[in-house]
Amino acid sequence: MGHLLEVKDLEVKFALRMGDLTAINGVSFTLDRGERLGLVGESGAGKSVTGFAIINLISKPGYISGGTVIFDGRDLTGLTGEGMRHIRGNLISMIFQDPMMTLNPVLTIGTQMVETLQAHMNISRKAAEKIALEKLRMVQIPSPEKRLQQYPHEFSGGMRQRIVVAIALLADPALIIADEPTTALDVTIQAEIMELLLELCESEGTGLILITHDLAVVSQVTQKIAVMYAGKVVEAGLTEDIIDNPLHPYTQGLIKALPDGRNPGTRLNQIPGVMPSLIDIPPGCSFHPRCTIRGDICRYESPVLREIPGYRNMAACHMLGLKKEPTEKDRAE
Amino acid sequence: MKDRLIDIKNLVKHFDISGGLLEQLAVSKGRIIRKQTVVRAVNDVSLFVNPGETLSVVGESGCGKSTLARTLLGLYQPDGGEIYYRGDRIDGLTQKEMLPYRAKMQMIFQDPYASLNPRMTVQQTLEEPVVFHNPSISGSEVKDRVAGVMQQVGVDPAWTDRYPHEFSGGQRQRISIARALMVDPEFVVADEPVSALDVSVQAQILNLLMDAQEQRGLTYLFITHDLSVVRHISSRVAVMYLGRVCELAPTTNLFESPGHPYTRALLSAIPDLYDRRHKYIKLKGEVPTPIDLPSGCVFHGRCPYADGRCSREIPALNHQGKAVYVACHAVEEGRI
Repeated sequence: MGHLLEVKDLEVKFALRMGDLTAINGVSFTLDRGERLGLVGESGAGKSVTGFAIINLISKPGYISGGTVIFDGRDLTGLTGEGMRHIRGNLISMIFQDPMMTLNPVLTIGTQMVETLQAHMNISRKAAEKIALEKLRMVQIPSPEKRLQQYPHEFSGGMRQRIVVAIALLADPALIIADEPTTALDVTIQAEIMELLLELCESEGTGLILITHDLAVVSQVTQKIAVMYAGKVVEAGLTEDIIDNPLHPYTQGLIKALPDGRNPGTRLNQIPGVMPSLIDIPPGCSFHPRCTIRGDICRYESPVLREIPGYRNMAACHMLGLKKEPTEKDRAE
Repeated sequence: MKDRLIDIKNLVKHFDISGGLLEQLAVSKGRIIRKQTVVRAVNDVSLFVNPGETLSVVGESGCGKSTLARTLLGLYQPDGGEIYYRGDRIDGLTQKEMLPYRAKMQMIFQDPYASLNPRMTVQQTLEEPVVFHNPSISGSEVKDRVAGVMQQVGVDPAWTDRYPHEFSGGQRQRISIARALMVDPEFVVADEPVSALDVSVQAQILNLLMDAQEQRGLTYLFITHDLSVVRHISSRVAVMYLGRVCELAPTTNLFESPGHPYTRALLSAIPDLYDRRHKYIKLKGEVPTPIDLPSGCVFHGRCPYADGRCSREIPALNHQGKAVYVACHAVEEGRI
């Protein structure tokens, strides 16, 4: 059996008056059934665009200009309208950052859940309500019968996000794409929602793509991580490899920039400069102006994501795996 | 006490959100009554800030940390309590009497997009506070100061004629910091200064704040919800919950041996990069609304150690030795 999801050389462009802007440029990764992947990067890296592109939700002026998204053996990029509607919310669900924006404020939770179910299945309102109740219980909402009759504003932020998770689970999807699901929430609620998502994905065998800027959150939940920078995946591998032994200079810088409580008061490692905006992505490796180990080739040739000899991580960097290996750990091994 | 830079005693700030008279009228049991709704944002908070230190105030949304900071700076009038700056009482001063203190106390806001005037160039933004506080200062002196501060915060002084929209988020936050530094303050309140920034830029700004503190001997009151940042930069931490301080302790003590049950739960919820799948303390229920505060200890409804006394009696912030203060009956009685 093949992968649940195989994204290959995915490219999304935005057609603007000034010309086409490339938002993501050749993104590839795979996800197996029940596997959890973290898409990590800073704002503008293209992680959300990748998530949207998978379920063909890129709206104009954006368009998928290349690559394939093979889900369960079918290419989703070619599907339109009806075909895609069968996938979205049914086989693949999406969870967004702000639950207040996702839920319709003028409909009760029950109505919204029943509506979703009836859009995908030919079932009665009674039967749909039964499923809705079961899902609300799964996300540990107290007194679900009463809650079904309530409106989104009657819930707290954490409860609202639980409801969004329940709605995502309605049709027992094979894959959930969660785009910064806890960024708007407090840390204690974040811990609850993340644990809930993790437990549900494990018990239901659901695949998860967790899109976030927060490496610490990802490290708790996913088995794999893909780090994105300026529209490309610059490093990919198992979570423990990426966190404990990052190879790409950007990943290394990002992890070192996090205050981790081990050396309070000291200067934090800072990556000079900022991520380039889409209008002026530098030639060659897009990270080279900020990179500490750049060589001449980085200025004109864009690196591809490749295996680095001696490591399990894949990285897109010219300077890795050369004779002068930059990491000390390599020498120690 | 004289050696404290800031001393806050029993500070109270409530917001009346009941609106106009007509909105307050309600019918209850066949009679018309007047109903007032009050948000009790800050209740009986006592804190002090030592010169040269970084005191972080942490807590989740709605705990009153920003209100505390704004009341402290006189942006809100307190409803009770006292605020001292180097021993001088500064609450209840008139605008004019407050002026000299305002130059010494500056604020940095969270959103560098909203806190800079889009119609003012960087030069104008940075000049305004200096000229306002020193009307006699000469033009060339102002220019020199602007250039000096811009250099310090890492923004090219050649860009003084640009407008905020021409800068990235990180650069804008540097300009906000520059504006605060222009009047040579002693005390800077930073309200979530890095929350809107990406990790790599966040590190740049935190470094800048730490450098500025070292070079200018600044004292910071740092308001944030990001506990990793708190651990990195602060000397002491005050944890707030529902408008009250539940624990005040030196950073190492707080993170290594948190006393208050809420602090324990809060700290356990921080995801740790190197401790995957660690267990956190799950709190029951949700944060009550500050409109309708629980009786006794505000945390008792969610606390695993609460007993009868906790639901009746408000715990005082008690000294637990070594500069650690905890407001908890269970800790006081030695139950936990």
